[in-house]
Amino acid sequence: MEGNGALAEQFDDLAQQHEAASLGMWVFLVTEILFFGGLFAGYTVYRATYSEAFREASHHLDLLLGSINTAVLITSSLTMAFAVHNAQEGRRRALIVFLLLTMIIGAVFLGIKVTEYAHKYEQDLVPGIRFAYGGPHPGQVQLFLIFYFVMTSLHALHLTIGIGLLGVLAFLAWRGHFSADYYAPVETSGLYWHFIDIVWIFLFPLLYLIGTH
Amino acid sequence: MSPTIAIPREHYLNVSYGVKSWLFTTDHKRIALLYLTTITLLFFVGGAAAVLMRLELMTPQGDLVQSETYNKLFSTHGIIMVWFFLIPSIPTVLGNFLVPMMIGARDLAFPRLNLASWYIFILGSLFTLWVIVVGGVDTGWTFYTPYSSIYTNTFVVAAVVGIFIVGFSSILTALNFIVTIHIMRAPGLTWFRLPLFIWAQYATSMIIILATPVLAITLSLVALEHLFGIGIFDPALGGDPILFQHLFWFYSHPAVYIMVLPAMGVVSELITAFSRKRIFGYSFIAFSSIAIAVIGFFVWGHHMFVSGQSVYASMIFSFLSMLVAIPSAVKVFNWTATLYKGSISYQSPMLYALGFIGLFTIGGLTGLFLASLGVDIHVTDTYFVIAHFHYIMVGGSVMGYLGGIHYWFPKITGRMYPEGWAKFSALIIFAGFNLTFFPQFLLGYLGMPRRYHFYPEEFQVLNVLSSAGASILGLGYVVPLIYLIWAMRYGAPAGPNPWGATGLEWQTSSPPPTHNFEETPVVTQEAYAYGMPEEDLKGGR
Amino acid sequence: MRSSLPLFPEQASTFAERVDALYYYLLSVSGFFVLLIFALIFYFAVKYRRRSEGEQTPPILGSIPLEVAWIVIPFILVMIMFVWGASLYFTAFSPPANAMEIFVIGKQWMWKVQHPEGRREIDELHVPIGYPVKLTITSQDVIHSFYIPAFRIKMDAVPGRYTSIWFEASKTGTFHLFCAEYCGTAHAGMGGRVVVMKPSEYEQWLRTGAPEESLVAAGGRLFQQLGCSGCHSQNSIARAPLLDGVYGKPVPLQSGQVVLADESYIRDSILLPQKDVVAGYAPVMPSFQGRISEEELMQIIAYIRFLGEEGPEPRKTTR
Repeated sequence: MEGNGALAEQFDDLAQQHEAASLGMWVFLVTEILFFGGLFAGYTVYRATYSEAFREASHHLDLLLGSINTAVLITSSLTMAFAVHNAQEGRRRALIVFLLLTMIIGAVFLGIKVTEYAHKYEQDLVPGIRFAYGGPHPGQVQLFLIFYFVMTSLHALHLTIGIGLLGVLAFLAWRGHFSADYYAPVETSGLYWHFIDIVWIFLFPLLYLIGTH
Repeated sequence: MSPTIAIPREHYLNVSYGVKSWLFTTDHKRIALLYLTTITLLFFVGGAAAVLMRLELMTPQGDLVQSETYNKLFSTHGIIMVWFFLIPSIPTVLGNFLVPMMIGARDLAFPRLNLASWYIFILGSLFTLWVIVVGGVDTGWTFYTPYSSIYTNTFVVAAVVGIFIVGFSSILTALNFIVTIHIMRAPGLTWFRLPLFIWAQYATSMIIILATPVLAITLSLVALEHLFGIGIFDPALGGDPILFQHLFWFYSHPAVYIMVLPAMGVVSELITAFSRKRIFGYSFIAFSSIAIAVIGFFVWGHHMFVSGQSVYASMIFSFLSMLVAIPSAVKVFNWTATLYKGSISYQSPMLYALGFIGLFTIGGLTGLFLASLGVDIHVTDTYFVIAHFHYIMVGGSVMGYLGGIHYWFPKITGRMYPEGWAKFSALIIFAGFNLTFFPQFLLGYLGMPRRYHFYPEEFQVLNVLSSAGASILGLGYVVPLIYLIWAMRYGAPAGPNPWGATGLEWQTSSPPPTHNFEETPVVTQEAYAYGMPEEDLKGGR
Repeated sequence: MRSSLPLFPEQASTFAERVDALYYYLLSVSGFFVLLIFALIFYFAVKYRRRSEGEQTPPILGSIPLEVAWIVIPFILVMIMFVWGASLYFTAFSPPANAMEIFVIGKQWMWKVQHPEGRREIDELHVPIGYPVKLTITSQDVIHSFYIPAFRIKMDAVPGRYTSIWFEASKTGTFHLFCAEYCGTAHAGMGGRVVVMKPSEYEQWLRTGAPEESLVAAGGRLFQQLGCSGCHSQNSIARAPLLDGVYGKPVPLQSGQVVLADESYIRDSILLPQKDVVAGYAPVMPSFQGRISEEELMQIIAYIRFLGEEGPEPRKTTR
């Protein structure tokens, strides 16, 4: 049977190795929560102080594209979950298909994001690069947009890394590296992917849905 | 008469030779030595900055270097010592070497990640060294905005990148430790049989995981503001410079516990080994490590009592800062009580451990001065603070580190260092340290602010005393460098357990084989099982 | 001026004595524990030194009563520190109502001090002995910190906001003024002197020097020049809150919150008028960010404060 993942010599058995991989990914995700957390904290402070300006700035975001992207990302989490499930079952072909599908859907998210950014550029709403705002309190609108760009591009960066990761997994799967006994990398990558999804689920209402009912 | 002790024929150091066998190793013990080399180098770079500063401060005028240079010196000193020496020191050298051994494992959970963390550390260090070479950064290690984000024209972005990268290295080490300690303990090794060094590493790793990412994002925002003029902390846009301080100290206060908890873990090991006695209050010490880690996350505002922060916020932070002192006090009392009816010997690791307890007590108590709001108004941002944290970081952590290096030197190298020179150095360091930093408490209460290139004449005598002490302290650090390197080659073979200590690391040969143990040990006893009737201590001299 | 090896700074404010008293308590407690630990370590290390290689030690694991004792007793001692320190701190932030207000602006690398009567100083602060003085402090650029060791007071100067602290000088003489927050190249040089004088001398000092407008007069002039009176007056077409008597009083906001109209509120209303809009008014006030300097802000604040103290009966704002 192909795909007996090698037992690394520091571990006693595959179960221990798998447990270690999972725990390791969870610990890493905690660091990611704190990483984004700093941005969320800063954003929350400013939003509480400048609620009027932030509400107004939020209206300049593209709600339609943002909502579509949310649906897109949630769908990618679904396909990722299927990928993990197929890995557990040892179904190589299905695993590869779902990995590729997840990557494609992730790329769609990125494409929509780039489109949004391009629109902002045309509207002169990119702080530090091209910014001119005629409405009231431009300073705080600029603050909002700084957070928008930093948070969403950081998220997009993580998503891009995730797509790369899945690409590597797809390749390894194609080479027969995984089996029902050894699929920990797929599972831990799945955790990472779901985390990226959850970050977006927090970002989207915080940034796009201020004051909408 | 003890039997002739010899170095084992094959061990982790001679199992393979050549640069590639080191640069591509995944053996946690070799990686520990890679780190040792790197951070020793960086220590002396940071130390050189301190030497220049103390030379300048011998006279009230700024006559040795220009103000811009002096400001870059103290910034470099802080950045290197905090992120490139103290934070890595015990975890990456002693932790990497000992965590698997103390729990009876063959290696850490993720050996390749371990090697990666060293490479990442090298990359971060190169960035920082490059910054120094091309002109330095002058914001202080604290990077307060808006000076760092808008006003300075020094290499802020590059410095931030170096620190960001090295933060990753730190996180990977901590992640490795947490997973290893949870999952790879030998049979019979329950949590409450773990050596306290492991408890300390675990608590430290928790702090690193939770705090470091916040630093990373905060410094990134400063870099972005500096690069693109996007003012998150810029008052002209409605940004808040104080927000930076909150975010920065949210990491940097727990960071000081990252720097001291491992040393406390070392001290627990040294006190028991050199008293040959069960540690007094094991679970209290273990839980104190956890308590310090947890409470330590909620006290950051004590760095901001005069920042314009609300009076009520300051009171909460003051109260919690008082609380965080209690578990440290508990440790000091328990270590002291361990000595009672012990069988105490005074080899240099023990001298370092006892020195730690004394100097950490002073440093910790002066923290209470700073936590007391009314007094803090006067002494914050003065030399009082500098003295306080150097008592803990240098009198505490560095002495803990040196004590650990000496204690485990025979295990790491298979050889003993020359005890006479070691004692001499320990005493020089202790004396030099106190002469350097005690006058600074006085200077601080007199009102001499920190980060001053020049100062009023009446502060000169105390500054001269401090600089004199620094020269002695510097000498004290150079001597071990020499004899330890010498002993690596020419020291007398030490045998598996030259100290007669308990602990799994002493039950394998010195130096250990690559996989640490011939067979996975099975643990049946509590930690520090000295004085037990069935304990059969091997080795000794 | 002093001996060549000073160990203690002068006490030149009513606050200094109280801070030093807490300091002595801290020194005593710390000294006690340092001596205790050092003595115990020394004693144990000598008494229990190893006499033979094989000697066994008793398996003493711990003692709950001892642990409780050395948790509870330190806890009580530090709680005393906390309460004492907090009460001092609270005092430092509670200026008496009759405190004279002096404005301080920090900039790289000097202190600009503005007395209400008009006299200005650079890197010097003249005050009368025996009178409470409240400092309202801000910065024009980076964070600085206004530090008078002899008074035991220090307060950061933060750009974009006001901070404040008060003192009452208790000794005449000249004392150090330092900047205590690193602020760039000449941070160490950003100091000066605090001169405490007898009240009569202080009055005289205020009157000498080039004649200056008082802060209130300057503020009143600006209030007209910048167009504030165009809206904030009885007869204006635009509806804006009348400012007579507003200083120091609670103001209900559009958001439902109620804030105190202190220096920071007035400053924010001028620079960030959308931030805290008064209940019942539209957010139409333009921002003066970039059009008004820190000195001018302080003058307007002094004027608005004056409107509350000596103006005619405060008119009710219309809703």
